[in-house]
Amino acid sequence: MTDDELIWRISGGSGDGIASTSQNFAKALMRSGLNVFTHRHYPSRIRGGHTYTEVRASAGPVESRGDGYNFLLALGDSFARNPQEEAVYGNEEIKPLSENLDELREGGVIIYDEGLLDASEIPNFEERAEENDWHVYPLDLRGLARDMGREVMRNTAGVGATCAITGMELGHVEDLMRDAMPEKILEPNLEILETAYNQVQEEYDIDAPDVSVPTGEHDETQLLMSGSDAISYGAIDEGCRFISGYPMTPWTEVFTIMTKNLPKLGGISEQVEDEIAAAALAVGASHAGVKAMSGSSGGGFALMSEPLGLAEMTETPVVLVEAMRAGPSTGMPTKPEQSDLEHVLYTSQGDSQRVVLAPGTVEEAYEQSRLAFRLAYEYQIPTILLYDQKLGGELKNVPKSHFDRDPNPDLGKTLSEDALADEPHSGDGKFHRFQHDVEDGVSPRSIPGQKGGRFLATGNEHDPTGHIAESPDNRVAQIDRRTEKLEAIRADLDGEDTGSYAGPEDAEYGILTFGSQQGTVEEAVGRLNDAGISVKSYGVSDMLPFPTEQVEAFVESVDEVLVVEMTASGQFRGLVQKNLGRYGEKLSSLLKYNGNPFEPAEVVDGFEAAIIEGDGDASGHQTTFVPAAGD
Amino acid sequence: MSTFSAIGEEREIDRDEYTPGVEPQPTWCPGCGDFSVLKALKQALPEVGRTPEETLLCTGIGCSGKLNSYLDTYGFHTIHGRSLPVARAAKLANPDLEVIAAGGDGDGYGIGGNHFIHTARENHDMTYIVFNNEIFGLTKGQTSPTSPKGHKSKTQPHGSAKEPVKPLSMSLNAGASYVARTAAVNPNQAKEIITEAIEHDGFAHVDFLTQCPTWNKDARQYVPYIDVNDSDDYEFDKTDRVEAQEMMRETEESLYEGEVLTGRFYVDEDRPSYGEEKRAIGEMPEEPLAERYWDDEYEWERSHDMFLDKHA
Repeated sequence: MTDDELIWRISGGSGDGIASTSQNFAKALMRSGLNVFTHRHYPSRIRGGHTYTEVRASAGPVESRGDGYNFLLALGDSFARNPQEEAVYGNEEIKPLSENLDELREGGVIIYDEGLLDASEIPNFEERAEENDWHVYPLDLRGLARDMGREVMRNTAGVGATCAITGMELGHVEDLMRDAMPEKILEPNLEILETAYNQVQEEYDIDAPDVSVPTGEHDETQLLMSGSDAISYGAIDEGCRFISGYPMTPWTEVFTIMTKNLPKLGGISEQVEDEIAAAALAVGASHAGVKAMSGSSGGGFALMSEPLGLAEMTETPVVLVEAMRAGPSTGMPTKPEQSDLEHVLYTSQGDSQRVVLAPGTVEEAYEQSRLAFRLAYEYQIPTILLYDQKLGGELKNVPKSHFDRDPNPDLGKTLSEDALADEPHSGDGKFHRFQHDVEDGVSPRSIPGQKGGRFLATGNEHDPTGHIAESPDNRVAQIDRRTEKLEAIRADLDGEDTGSYAGPEDAEYGILTFGSQQGTVEEAVGRLNDAGISVKSYGVSDMLPFPTEQVEAFVESVDEVLVVEMTASGQFRGLVQKNLGRYGEKLSSLLKYNGNPFEPAEVVDGFEAAIIEGDGDASGHQTTFVPAAGD
Repeated sequence: MSTFSAIGEEREIDRDEYTPGVEPQPTWCPGCGDFSVLKALKQALPEVGRTPEETLLCTGIGCSGKLNSYLDTYGFHTIHGRSLPVARAAKLANPDLEVIAAGGDGDGYGIGGNHFIHTARENHDMTYIVFNNEIFGLTKGQTSPTSPKGHKSKTQPHGSAKEPVKPLSMSLNAGASYVARTAAVNPNQAKEIITEAIEHDGFAHVDFLTQCPTWNKDARQYVPYIDVNDSDDYEFDKTDRVEAQEMMRETEESLYEGEVLTGRFYVDEDRPSYGEEKRAIGEMPEEPLAERYWDDEYEWERSHDMFLDKHA
């Protein structure tokens, strides 16, 4: 836990405007010069249910949610359905306050809307507040909002009160409201903001804030961006102008952002009947010469298995994104998990001939989205960008300059008609689209409509013209060539530096992780080293082809390795062992699969319990330790 | 040389251009109705002036899926039931291509039924030919979606308890703007209908009765056939949805009573194609998207210049 940070949690019901309010507040903090990171928790419901968003702000870098939080703004849940304790979901009305107390740090602040929440319904509330030295501000936010505008504007009143209590000036918040709100609601909102601010200041006579907003400074323009934004912008900058999809949480975010922007770029977005069609359309569009993508989350991606295999066999470039959520089946639609790893690696019949990348941060999401397109088109292979509800939805600040790069609409080894004329053809004029002996296994392609380029693309095994062929020699030559592409891609990726390392190079212990847990693990590594434990981490992004050499060197350089992942069965650890072929006795696992991403403290405590104390039991956390082989 | 110079080429086209050198003789069984589809296409394509390299033929899986091994155009032999989503995306990516999709009755009305309904609904400017032989042929004679009720096979040993699919009615209700049925035994009509279907600006669905002499020996050979547009016994207006619906229902029922009715059942020349609809609402570029990747002058947009300021 660090003292020089604000972790502000706003809670209420789905539909109460938690997301937009927190986004604006995060942006205000970013504009004031701080680094910010958000974490959201919400149920799969349109209305009601316990939902919150945390905004973590610090002058130093923040790459993860924090441990607990120190400032609660508990709004009422205006859509609470079940007032009875015995209801399935319990008494929902009080949840915005009651559900959030366990994680509130000592000395923290609570603002709650006494217009909607009655703290006396929570057993021992006052005692707990006293014990934990919480500073409690019951405010009638609803009443204030109703008097000056409309009840729903109580979010604004809460933000005004937050600013008063933390000593934050209203300027940035007001600016953002002016940017975002239509005239009609802007005036009452501004009025409510100021009134709440002034009332709290007067009533509570605040001179030294209980929890203050840190101060910081940025030396360049910052953007508040999610992983879904970054993936979409990466695709656009790589010349992707076609997307097809079917709605599914949390992939819908990328689909929506692309759909909003593509018409402005003369591109095409198609919402179609199912995910089989979605991926098949992307294949069809790419076949006809356009840079194309599709995507889904676990269940929808399962339907894409067929077109994915077709893209492998026909060597049609395509990018599919997979936004993981907790499974199996419908699972927990709005909760993050990383348990689709094996699904995307191995789904579809036959040997996998695909690329799978799992970015760890918002910055990497942009870079690896671009990389996914480059690899897909240069090597004529489907590339999957694997992320999750956490990376897709959390917001953080990224310097604008990170995106200041040249566009790349290149189609890879695609021939012009002039070049086609020099390529091998059969006697009847059919172009040899799938030649056996070519550099890196990549046989140049033609596009329908080109003179001298006609060929057959087929999901059957085929000869150089694409004609269905089952002769053993041809089969071996074609499979070997397609496999050779993966070797070439591995060599290519070695130059891309997609991995992320933290901690001292000569550390005694190691932590391996992949995808969205990277930032949290790196924060934990910092804290462990501060506490005198010598540990380093490696966040791996390339799932296929796997960076065997790099991971082996990492494992080899330390005494023991803890593998941290959000799965119940240790899928990533299994992948590491499959590729390394040994080190089973050196790798243990720290797993979390309760629907919430790791907090840094869980990794710190889990590491200490597993590696330092050796018994694996990190008390107080819902994490699971799986010992190394032979232990 | 332009990027896609095969497109829009004005020249005489010989039907032999569509015959591949590698496997000129199809491997279909003697007497198979599939030969007639191939022949009709080889006649129709030169007639509408479409060359092999401006044509993309997307097929499904089954005996019918072999079509593009024997018709020498750009081809995409997709997977079972999925020819339509591949085909319609290619049409969106490059509307200048002549896009034809083809597959069997199991492929189109069974496993790909959802795609059939939605592609018809969207009215893409393309042709969809369904080889309807009322049987699964390539897998050796199982009951298919169009097999009659009571049809016995190794997968339905007590006779199918299901009513067959009604493909023409399904197509009309889904939104196809051209719906016809022809039969392998009627090559002249087949050629005319395929020609019209290719020329039609919208989703043209042709249910092509292709007898299977090997696995569906019991089935009628679709003779004698009656052309409902030519027969005095049938009077209906093929541009009238209600009358078309009536005629289709009669046709679908009578097929199982031994009467083979064929012809154009529904033609709507006014309905805009999907591409036109998309362009009208600004969701599709005027110029084929596929061309842009070859335009050296094109200034590719960057997110940095267009979309980032709202995040600041």
